[in-house]
Amino acid sequence: MELLCPAGSMPALKAAIEHGADAVYIGLKDDTNARHFAGLNFDEHRLKEAARFVHQHGKKLHVAINTFAHPNNFQRWRQAVDMAANAGADVLILADIAVLAYAAERYPKVERHLSVQASATNAAAINFYRQFDISRVVLPRVLSMQQVRALARSCDIDLEVFAFGSLCIMAEGRCYLSSYMTGQSPNTAGACSPAAFVNWQDNNGTLESRLNGILIDRFAPNETAGYPTLCKGRFSVGDDTYHALEEPTSLNTLDLLPQLYAEGIKSLKIEGRQRSPAYVAQITKVWRAAIDAVLNAPDHFNVQPQWQQVLAGLAEGSQTTLGAYHRNWK
Amino acid sequence: MQFSLGPVLYFWPKTQMQQFYRDAADSDVDIVYLGETVCSKRRELKFNDYFALAQMLREAGKQVCLSSMTLYEAPGELRELRKYVDNGEFLIEANDVGAISMLQEQGLPFVAGAAINCYNQHTLRRLVSMGLTRWVMPVEISGQWLNDVLNQDIIADIRDCFSTEVFGFGHLPLAWSGRCFTARSENRSKDQCELCCINYPQGRDVKSQDNTQVFVLNGIQTQSGYCYNLINQLPTMQDTVDIVRLSPQVIGTFDWLAKFKANLNGAAPQQLGASDSNGYWLNLAGMATG
Repeated sequence: MELLCPAGSMPALKAAIEHGADAVYIGLKDDTNARHFAGLNFDEHRLKEAARFVHQHGKKLHVAINTFAHPNNFQRWRQAVDMAANAGADVLILADIAVLAYAAERYPKVERHLSVQASATNAAAINFYRQFDISRVVLPRVLSMQQVRALARSCDIDLEVFAFGSLCIMAEGRCYLSSYMTGQSPNTAGACSPAAFVNWQDNNGTLESRLNGILIDRFAPNETAGYPTLCKGRFSVGDDTYHALEEPTSLNTLDLLPQLYAEGIKSLKIEGRQRSPAYVAQITKVWRAAIDAVLNAPDHFNVQPQWQQVLAGLAEGSQTTLGAYHRNWK
Repeated sequence: MQFSLGPVLYFWPKTQMQQFYRDAADSDVDIVYLGETVCSKRRELKFNDYFALAQMLREAGKQVCLSSMTLYEAPGELRELRKYVDNGEFLIEANDVGAISMLQEQGLPFVAGAAINCYNQHTLRRLVSMGLTRWVMPVEISGQWLNDVLNQDIIADIRDCFSTEVFGFGHLPLAWSGRCFTARSENRSKDQCELCCINYPQGRDVKSQDNTQVFVLNGIQTQSGYCYNLINQLPTMQDTVDIVRLSPQVIGTFDWLAKFKANLNGAAPQQLGASDSNGYWLNLAGMATG
């Protein structure tokens, strides 16, 4: 069972490797990946440096090229594939059918993983993408543990699941909420609720967060204000004002680790390429220890209180959830 | 240019559905999509009911297409999909690539619905080679984007192999979740939803705390708060769009169909209301109006 950690910079990548990641995933410095944030990600020079560093430590480098190519700039997605393959990436994480096809034809020996952005939630969808010779599927965060189990038992392909981090509650790759409000979506621009559209205003102690002018939340002086990700705002439905879609909370699957292991899940992905090197270091350390504990004695696994403590401290709104893995969440 | 009625996205009682499709049969709409695309627990109409409606509509002279679900999570749902694929008579709208996989295996043509991620000419060309005969572009892309896809060299020799369709009226389907938001709005879990969507024939409005309508909750689907309306853009669509889709609303769907037809060439433009939008087509935020 692989521990796959995020890195938005060389220091974060080094932190991940030094604290026990089996593999690291990164993106290029443009809108070819779903974490297209200012100051983040790798240019060609850094990409080569990243590949060298990871390989020197005997680990693997995954490169996410997982947005959908634009009609007039298809070349940019092709070049991203070329650049990653030539720099020595072990894996390309892809979503666009045309980009998958290009990579499969041009670089058959570089492994292709189906990005979560391709939104493959069922056996028939996975079957569809087999024509691009994918070796692994990253499952969307909408499935229950029971559904993950059913896929693991019925599909003869490696599965990767999200283990910790920001929780997308919509089927990834098919969510247009962000472009509805801002014009930019994960699919087209590689960003959800982009920072350029965020505005904060203090009204006599009440802090208001807006996204492109739309009020996402209001925070009383004693409340912790979170980033206005549009699906995590407080809105009114009927007579109630509440987190109509989801609370600001992070996914945490530590409790499920033995079950995921038992089902042969190949890789646990930690979300957070936008996070700091210190965050990556702490989170990697906890998950390394947890995975090692499962590998050593799968029947005697206990979640250590100090792991949960560290993870809660790193979680959005200091809250964690099992998300869709747990049926009651739905 | 032709007009279509998209599948009913809400959960309506059987009698209301049957009345709606009788009205559709009597209308001058060209194409009718039908089927449950949102939640497999909605079973007011079963496959055989839809099939009977499809036959009735075909006899009324409509082109009929069966729409399949968007988010498939359970093996049982795939078995239901198989029934649609094997129906033997009607074209299928695939809203998940799982459906394309089954249709491709059978060598059957298909419509790629708006939730299929086809954003560029290379993907479109691949889908055509798999059997796509009609492309409903993703709701979030603009008229210019559509134009850019269709004007690429590699589309020229296959442009006759498929038609293009644009979602032109109704609350836009924007996201699908493992979670049911309508059940959540009633403090229920999805497993104990008691099919409460049936109490909200136009979904549940979600407003910001300063009263902007941001979304509509429709079970596991989140829709646009504003009603998308491209009536005034019809005259500019003539070269790129073959079919304009109207998504059934509780009231006024057929009135809007008449208004759309009247404005095909720009003869009868309409003033959009404060709760309407057309931003996506104009390369703006979806909720904007240009």
